Amino acid sequence: MSAVWVSVTVVGLATVAIKAAGPLLLASHTPPPRAQAALEHLAPALLAALVVTQAVGGDNGGFTVDARLAGLAAGAVALLLRAPLLLVITVAAVTAALVRLVT
Amino acid sequence: MQHPRSRPSYLDGVRAAAPIGVAAFAFGLSFGVLARSADMGRVAPVVMSVTTFAGSAQFAVASILGAGGGLVTAIVAAVLLNLRYGPIGLSAASALEGPWWKRALTAQLVVDESWAIAQRHDGRTDRHLLVGAGLLLLVTWTTGTAVGAFAGELVADPESLGLDAAFPALFLALLWSQVRDRSRLLAALGGAAIALVLMPFTGPGVPIVAASLACLVGARNEARRPS
Repeated sequence: MSAVWVSVTVVGLATVAIKAAGPLLLASHTPPPRAQAALEHLAPALLAALVVTQAVGGDNGGFTVDARLAGLAAGAVALLLRAPLLLVITVAAVTAALVRLVT
Repeated sequence: MQHPRSRPSYLDGVRAAAPIGVAAFAFGLSFGVLARSADMGRVAPVVMSVTTFAGSAQFAVASILGAGGGLVTAIVAAVLLNLRYGPIGLSAASALEGPWWKRALTAQLVVDESWAIAQRHDGRTDRHLLVGAGLLLLVTWTTGTAVGAFAGELVADPESLGLDAAFPALFLALLWSQVRDRSRLLAALGGAAIALVLMPFTGPGVPIVAASLACLVGARNEARRPS
């Protein structure tokens, strides 16, 4: 099995199990407050790391600064102006495309 | 969309999710194109959209495999990203009924957006809104993935369209809705800092996994809270 199908299978099975776990276990279990609080903070920590790695990550590790960073900055401005998700992403993509067009 | 008297129907859930369904289609399309460019083939991304059905984890797998990161790194990052469905599942559990297999199956329709749309004023989750919204998002996400994976070459080079800049913007927008208080902001800043520090020294993906340690900010804050 190729790496792609292994990842699709393992991630798929793990996600199905994680999504089902809460509804199946709830009746008997509630995590202690500190564990629950930590779990609830996983998403912002991981999403922030993804923003960084996707914006300035190089192909083989390290940093690469290119049009993605300009796109992200434009997307952030759109967010500040309370634009909906679709518009934020479109603004980022169009900005990066324009920067690549003129550089 | 929610009438004060009548109980919401499945169709109300579909209607409520329609605008975000458009975004889900567009991002399914992006995921299909990204997965192709990451050498994931055409069928695997579509299978993944149906079975995993969690955008950020799927993007993470495609990004890490495409960037030459390890298989284990990709799986660990995706599973860590989806760990949030543990507490979200606990929150949605009260809305699910029937035998265990039916509850487990319905729980697969829980994604951030369907769960958020289904929140009622009394703090419980509405099953009809959850199922309607979840089904619409599953269909639009998977259809978008299939179009992107099979007809992506018609869209030309993703980078010339700036699609690679759409991913950090997507994660920033999702992060934006997550950072509702000081401790979540600290977790986000900590995660970003850990990733930045590790990036020059480790392979792609490892910084993301390490950044999950920033979630301990939440436990620390909880311990400090006077009770």
